[in-house]
Amino acid sequence: MQTITNILPELFLSFSIIFLLMIGVFVKKSFKLVNLLTILCLIFVSILVINQNNQSIKIFNESYIIDHLSIIMKVLTLVFSSLILISSKEYLKINNINKIEYPIIILSAVLGMMIMISSYDLIVFYLGLELQSLSLYILAAFKRDNEKSTEAGLKYFVLSALATGILLYGCSLIYGFTGSTNFEIISENLDDKNIGAIFGIVFIYVGLAFKISAVPFHMWTPDVYEGSPTSVTSFFAIVTKIAALAIFIRFTYVPFLHVIDQWQNIVIFLSIASMILGAVAAIGQNNIKRLMAYSSIGHMGYILAGLAAGTNEGIQSTIIYLIIYLTMNLCAFGCIFMMKRENIYYENIKDLSGLSQNHPMLSLSFLIVLFSLAGIPPLAGFFAKFYIFMAVIESEMYALAIIGLITSVISAFYYLRIIKIIYFDKPKKPFEETYDFGLKMTLILSTISILIYFVNPSILIEIASLIKIN
Amino acid sequence: MNFPILSAIIFIPLIGAIFILITKGPEKNVEKNSKYVAIFCSLVNLLLSLVLWFSFDASITDFQFVEKKNWIGFINFQLGIDGISILFILLTTFITPICVFSAIQSIKFKIKDFLIAILVMQTLMLGVFCSLDLVLFYLFFEGGLIPMFLIIGIWGGPNRVYSAFKFFLFTLLGSVLMLVAIISIYWITGTTDVIKLLEFKIPQDYQYLLWLAFFSSFAVKMPMWPVHTWLPDAHVEAPTAGSVILAAILLKMAGYGFLRFSLGIFPVASDYFTPLIFSLSIIAIIYTSLIALMQDDMKKLIAYSSVAHMGFVTIGIFSVTKQGLDGSIIQMISHGLISAALFLCVGVVYDRFQSRMISSYGGLVNIMPKYAFVFMIFTLGALGLPGTSGFVGEFLVLAGIFQKNILVAVLASFGVILAAAYMLWLYRKVIFGRTINSKLKNTTDLNNTEIGIFASLAFLILFIGFYPDPLFTTIDVSINNLIDKYHSNLSFYLTINSN
Repeated sequence: MQTITNILPELFLSFSIIFLLMIGVFVKKSFKLVNLLTILCLIFVSILVINQNNQSIKIFNESYIIDHLSIIMKVLTLVFSSLILISSKEYLKINNINKIEYPIIILSAVLGMMIMISSYDLIVFYLGLELQSLSLYILAAFKRDNEKSTEAGLKYFVLSALATGILLYGCSLIYGFTGSTNFEIISENLDDKNIGAIFGIVFIYVGLAFKISAVPFHMWTPDVYEGSPTSVTSFFAIVTKIAALAIFIRFTYVPFLHVIDQWQNIVIFLSIASMILGAVAAIGQNNIKRLMAYSSIGHMGYILAGLAAGTNEGIQSTIIYLIIYLTMNLCAFGCIFMMKRENIYYENIKDLSGLSQNHPMLSLSFLIVLFSLAGIPPLAGFFAKFYIFMAVIESEMYALAIIGLITSVISAFYYLRIIKIIYFDKPKKPFEETYDFGLKMTLILSTISILIYFVNPSILIEIASLIKIN
Repeated sequence: MNFPILSAIIFIPLIGAIFILITKGPEKNVEKNSKYVAIFCSLVNLLLSLVLWFSFDASITDFQFVEKKNWIGFINFQLGIDGISILFILLTTFITPICVFSAIQSIKFKIKDFLIAILVMQTLMLGVFCSLDLVLFYLFFEGGLIPMFLIIGIWGGPNRVYSAFKFFLFTLLGSVLMLVAIISIYWITGTTDVIKLLEFKIPQDYQYLLWLAFFSSFAVKMPMWPVHTWLPDAHVEAPTAGSVILAAILLKMAGYGFLRFSLGIFPVASDYFTPLIFSLSIIAIIYTSLIALMQDDMKKLIAYSSVAHMGFVTIGIFSVTKQGLDGSIIQMISHGLISAALFLCVGVVYDRFQSRMISSYGGLVNIMPKYAFVFMIFTLGALGLPGTSGFVGEFLVLAGIFQKNILVAVLASFGVILAAAYMLWLYRKVIFGRTINSKLKNTTDLNNTEIGIFASLAFLILFIGFYPDPLFTTIDVSINNLIDKYHSNLSFYLTINSN
């Protein structure tokens, strides 16, 4: 019975998926209802998760864990997916993708992520990963009469399947050389001389790097971000990162903790490469979704820099960075959802030209979020980078810190470029005012929280300090 | 003395800015309201800072009006001032209303947004001079980039985008290294509290690198040769009020940083790198003065003269003598007033004729006699004529450096001569001579607002020139304390080394 109560959120989510599917099939034109129920379900499940026991509990033969890390990451997943659903309602309607499958597939992706986040065993982890990935393939290709969306879906499917294959091979190597799929037992049996298992670690990192789109496994990101419907892109940019990072953190700090010398260089390399590519490659982009793709690659680089530190401060700064990154991206995509004129959504940066003349408030949001993404104080993005570099410098990795800060200057250039287009250029035809209350609320809330985060920055520190390496 | 007067001074402009942002209604009313709000906020702030000055006790070495609140874990929201910072606060609160008035005169569109930017800028600049925590200092120091970028980019001249980007990226690149240094200081000493850091003796090996990281930031902002190239561009393209803020206050942040952090926290490194500072400053003084002689754009000329004048400031600071430090602070204040006035002078003719080229002017003395008169006062101030504040600063700096290094003093004095050359040349070309340009004839002289602005600036410049004593009494104790600590720290490290 104890076991059941501990996985109540997951159970509730699975049953509601089936239930919503039934409603969708049997009730005609039920998208609105299903969408609303999905949002309510996500919020309800997040309440269930928050109310879970705060002690670290392992269930199902120690293959499933509920601790601070999993609770925080699950709440983030649930809250941000519901916010994305709330803010993308109008987009779905106008682009004629308001099918009942859409929210339900999102729910199943979220279920997969929750399983991934809580997994304490290679097999459970893989099951969650597959459920999540399969849902995401469909989501990427959801606008099926659109060439680019179909291409994005296929591209993501092929590349992701390859990465998953490599990851699975890594899992089997580790199982073969340590004799168990349980994280704790793996951790006990791993040491620096276990060459086979270390190969396995490398393969697993390759698979995970693909999931969080770290360089050099980022190739899919710009295309998929550009091709998918914007609502799905925001899902990719925001929610999928949470689960992938949670399991990245879990792998790094539970099974592989004692072989830190083996993986630290890999993570540092991933981090530096992502930071540099994210900063340089985004300069030439004209599609704002592609630009956000490169921007998210760059931000993953900073997050990995925090993880590479291999300390408590490192892991906590990663969590703080992640939360701020999610809020900034939510705000940025909220702005992108506003770029609409006569039922067509515009994606080119040039379309923003002179936005400040016609839409002063929207431009102000853009301004705040772009400066925050560039990491300029006193906005939230600065604090995120500050904590990361605190951790990095504590571990005396000065080169990493300096490279990170210099790339942040380079990346400031392309954020400034958008601001330049919005504020300095000649105005074009105005966009339509949106009357979608949900979108406006999300945008306003996220902008304000970025802007006034500096008033009380210790909130996130308190949350993050719950997570410690054993 | 429980009233948090420093917080009030810092945040009143911000509150004004928020108020302007949220007012809605017919455009005309909104514009009018925002002008009143901006004037009101900046004047209240000026009054408050005067109150602060009068209640400031100049005989105490400690920081005064200290406010401390828990902020992020180890970082405290800590404010406080000593004799040095209060002068910069006064300069800021004095220059901002002038900028507001000048903006109301000359900004033609989006005046509301411009006033918001100026008020936010004021908050951030005051924050720099008040903060007693490194992270807080960095926050304010860097935050200033955002409003300044917008001021140059939105209201600037034809080449504004290039200049805005150059300004932003140069300054940001300089500052990120300072961020690394600040974090390293935290891990070395366990605190970012400036009061504690001033007592802390950072190990010698670390000091050199940390000093260089801070230097990279301040040198860009100051600006020192060879990273001064953003300044002429930014000045030329920025609207008048923007140039005034840049020249009068933003550049002084770096000087303040050198005084407070480089001398205070890293004495050994400061001593070690003094030759570097001296040579860069000498190059700046002579080289940029020569460049200034060649300019055909008035704003560019003044911008290059700013670089030269800031060279005197760095020489004065790193001479670490009483006269040198006194001189560099007076020079910063006086340059703040004079360069602001000169940019406003250019702004006056630019508003009327839309040209900054020296060649399109001439013979203005016949058409605008009042303008010619105020311009003369500021020109003479800029070249350091006795009786103006410029003389006091330059003379003391030279007196200070003479005790340290005669060669540097001799070379620096060339700067004074060159300054006279380019300033008088500018004045002759613009004010005297024949009126070639027929457009100039149909124009009006200064209006009342402009006379008010120039009169207040001229009054202060002459007042400091004739009677600088109030400034000296304010900074005296703090400067002595700074020098004493510097020398005792140096001898402390010497004894460590000899053991």
